[in-house]
Amino acid sequence: MFPAAFDYAAPTTLGDALALLKQRGDEAKIMAGGQSLIPLLKLRFAQPALVIDIARIPDLNGIRRQNGHLNIGALARHVDIERDADLAWLCPILVDTVHWISDPLVRNRGTMAGSVCHADPSGDWGSVMLALDADIVARSQAGERVTKAADFFKGPFTTALRADEIVTEIHIPLPTGKAGGAYNKLERKVGDFATVAVAVQVELSGGKIAKAGIGLTAVGETNIKATAAEKALVGHEPTDELIADAARLAAEAAHPKDDIRGTAAYKKDVVRIYVQRGLRTALGHAREVKA
Amino acid sequence: MKVSLTVNGKERTGDIEPRVLLVDFIRTTLGLTGTHIGCDTSSCGACTVLVGGEPVKACTVLAVQADGREVKTIEGIAGTGALAPIQVGFHEEHGLQCGFCTPGMMLLGEELLTRIPNPTDEQIRWAISGNICRCTGYMNIVKAIQHAARLTSEAAKAPVADGALAGGAE
Repeated sequence: MFPAAFDYAAPTTLGDALALLKQRGDEAKIMAGGQSLIPLLKLRFAQPALVIDIARIPDLNGIRRQNGHLNIGALARHVDIERDADLAWLCPILVDTVHWISDPLVRNRGTMAGSVCHADPSGDWGSVMLALDADIVARSQAGERVTKAADFFKGPFTTALRADEIVTEIHIPLPTGKAGGAYNKLERKVGDFATVAVAVQVELSGGKIAKAGIGLTAVGETNIKATAAEKALVGHEPTDELIADAARLAAEAAHPKDDIRGTAAYKKDVVRIYVQRGLRTALGHAREVKA
Repeated sequence: MKVSLTVNGKERTGDIEPRVLLVDFIRTTLGLTGTHIGCDTSSCGACTVLVGGEPVKACTVLAVQADGREVKTIEGIAGTGALAPIQVGFHEEHGLQCGFCTPGMMLLGEELLTRIPNPTDEQIRWAISGNICRCTGYMNIVKAIQHAARLTSEAAKAPVADGALAGGAE
């Protein structure tokens, strides 16, 4: 398999990339690591006239801490997150998730921002961004625009990004105090897309849940934020009953389809179980934090 | 489009369409057929090469993305002389049957040992988790990489020992 012909540009500044994108708009496609885009090009599901490779723009690299946030550059690869010793304690759910993403070779090239922009409802990072309430930062010639993860995913492979925008960073509010998270994924084999996966992030304050984020993978048109379940948790002590209730609400928010990985009813039940399991793990981690 | 890559230490150039995949550039343009094409969907790892020292699936990289970078293929493992430790490992531990996955597995093993000189079985299993051996010879592949690790650490302890495992680096 090989892609349909396309023009290729590898600008070395963000300004050049934005100018080119403004010029070519919809017929251009941005590529970072290419681990989602190249398979689509090969299958000819995507046939852009121009591929703009942003991998040679130096300012888009890196993972930085700033104002209580983790700023993840558009070119930060999965492997950069995997091997970042600080992230293991700053935001453990990221490291928990990264091991589930595809395989080590794909993680050597694929990027978090690229995966989020690809907006595959089976993508892992989307759910984690929803659970963490991340901001997606995009630039165009008109300036910078910030979109909440909850408003970013519009449909399968469709985001709130405009045709002239490039995502430059993802801002993740760093968990504070007694916080914990977990990513649980059911997959048939290493590297497979999720049958179902669930991201859970909680913060405890005075024995009660102060913040809760839940994101669902592969059970709908987009990654889903289980808002009703989150609301049910906040302000309460985490009892078994409360956890069961939140899990039930999360399962109600899921709209999976029957496919080779399982029936819709089965997947909804896995959501319920994985929300319970994720909450127990996340609460366990949160209690261990010496705040 | 003109591209220039350092492949196994030598500068190689080509004039190619942007849509040419790295694996096709390596096999067709450069004639280095040790890199295999298996699934062609980044599932199997038969096309594994090292770009900038890191293993990637060359069926899911455009050759233009590797412009200006260093690429290592299986042909670059032994150099000119004796077998490299990773090759000795696969030979001694029967780390291959049909051999189709072997170039990828050896490159993974070599790269792993540069990061983790004495990996545990689990670390090896994680490192090769993106590569499929359809003979299902995983046990011996793990042993082969352990064998290479032992040889490499022994060689490191006696750096001036004369050449049995020199890897032909000179």
